Amino acid sequence: MSIITIARLEILISRRNMWVATSVLLMSLFTVVLTLAGDAPTGSLGVDPLVVAISSITTLSVYLIPLIGLLLSFDAISGEAERGTLALNLTYPLSRAEILVGKFLAHFSVLALAVAIGLALSAVLTVWQYGMADIKFAPLIRLFLTSLALGAAFLGIGYTVSSLVRQPGVASGVAIVIWLVCVVLYDLGLLGALVADGGGSFTKTVFPWLLVANPADAFRLINIPETSVSVLSSDLGAAGAVSGMKGQLISLVGWPILALFLALSAFARVKP
Amino acid sequence: MTTLIVENVSKKYGDLETVRGISLTVQAGERVALLGHNGAGKTTLMQMILGLTPLTSGSIKVLGQAPGSRVARGSIGFLPESVAFHGALSGREQLHHFARLKSVSVRSADELLDRVGLSDAADRKIRTYSKGMRQRIGLAQALLGKPKLALLDEPTSGLDPILRHEFYDILEDLANSGTAVLLSSHALTELETRTDRIAIMSKGMMLADNELSELRLSARLPIRVNVTTTPSQADRVATELGGERINGCSVSLTCQQDEKVAMLGLITAFGEAIKDVEVMPGSLEELYRYYSAINPEEQ
Repeated sequence: MSIITIARLEILISRRNMWVATSVLLMSLFTVVLTLAGDAPTGSLGVDPLVVAISSITTLSVYLIPLIGLLLSFDAISGEAERGTLALNLTYPLSRAEILVGKFLAHFSVLALAVAIGLALSAVLTVWQYGMADIKFAPLIRLFLTSLALGAAFLGIGYTVSSLVRQPGVASGVAIVIWLVCVVLYDLGLLGALVADGGGSFTKTVFPWLLVANPADAFRLINIPETSVSVLSSDLGAAGAVSGMKGQLISLVGWPILALFLALSAFARVKP
Repeated sequence: MTTLIVENVSKKYGDLETVRGISLTVQAGERVALLGHNGAGKTTLMQMILGLTPLTSGSIKVLGQAPGSRVARGSIGFLPESVAFHGALSGREQLHHFARLKSVSVRSADELLDRVGLSDAADRKIRTYSKGMRQRIGLAQALLGKPKLALLDEPTSGLDPILRHEFYDILEDLANSGTAVLLSSHALTELETRTDRIAIMSKGMMLADNELSELRLSARLPIRVNVTTTPSQADRVATELGGERINGCSVSLTCQQDEKVAMLGLITAFGEAIKDVEVMPGSLEELYRYYSAINPEEQ
């Protein structure tokens, strides 16, 4: 019951702070633009139009969903500590785990709403343009579910940072660095290692697992089919084949659990 | 059952001992004021009672339970020093939230808003509130669900004199309904008549813990007697009673509690020469200065 009470208040705060509107607007705007822009290649390649849209939306979501996740969560603990509301909240008869899970439920709902509206708009636009006949919805549902997993992982990472760093200003800086590393620098590092290895044992054995170890990459691999027009798809597709669907699923299920566990243990150590 | 028992509690941060062997009890319906300089250890003691800070040694029991346990937290109402809330919420939303966490009906939260005089501003965002209004929301949340123990850290800071008066009325009702109240304050004069017992802390130690009258007796602070005389008699009264002439027709005298009646007898013997007599016992401020000047190391 306390979890629901916390979640309810956090949703109210997210609405007031325009986080709900901002997240929904961001996701909707980008998915609609990408769905409409995805029109061009469809005719010549004869690919399922929704698959084209999903490839583009996936590439974008790799950047956007971790960013929204971190933006929603970096302030959760550090903000309360700075405002001075944390000590009072901790004197109420509920555990720290209940507080954190309540916040998570609220932020996860905001994220789920934004992704759901974005993808629903994309589906509606595609059906409106091409009709229902040739469209497969399974990849869309997969994109939705994996987006939630990716978002949950970064919410957990955000709470961990927020608990370890007491000032929201510093927490936001650390969150941006983590975002940059996960969605940009990590891949660049791996590409550098690939080039250095020149197709050796690292490329064949270690690299595929290192790739899926990053939830953002696991998300990309699981959602972009090998036939996609994405530039990276051939490399990633080959790597994906080694670690397989199993590796990607372990990463996308394991990261949210691990991140929330880390957040709980970091929050347990916070002195009000 | 004694509501709060603090027994020989100490708190160390590395080599620094901020609370040293403190013992204190607060019974149901009792109002105890905790006095001390900044850094005397009052807030640390409250945090230990709340279970927010672990004890280094000693023991604390809230209704027989360990501090921080669900039962203990459920029976405490806490008002922190400089209380803060999320500015995007209205006072009513914030209080309803706390009511739900304490499993108290939101209607009783609305009644409390009325009680602290905030019903008119209840639907405004907290960021528009003055410090006094935030303090009143803080007080309202501390009163939710009629707590068995109210811990109030500097509760009247930011309140104007009228609100302070109302605050102590609310506190009196609370104590009358059986709540044990422990409050810390710097506003000494207002505590004199509105609390049952005074506990004075300094450098992490408890220097005094008793009713005000008992503290006065044991401190043996002089009682001041101001005598107003007719202009021509002031010098004679001052000389014969051994006092100090202040202005044209006033004489200031001091005596101990047990000499007071005899002194009044001597004054009235002057008959027509005396216009008025004012007797002032040592104020709480003087008592506080007396007790806090005691060096805890020498005790």
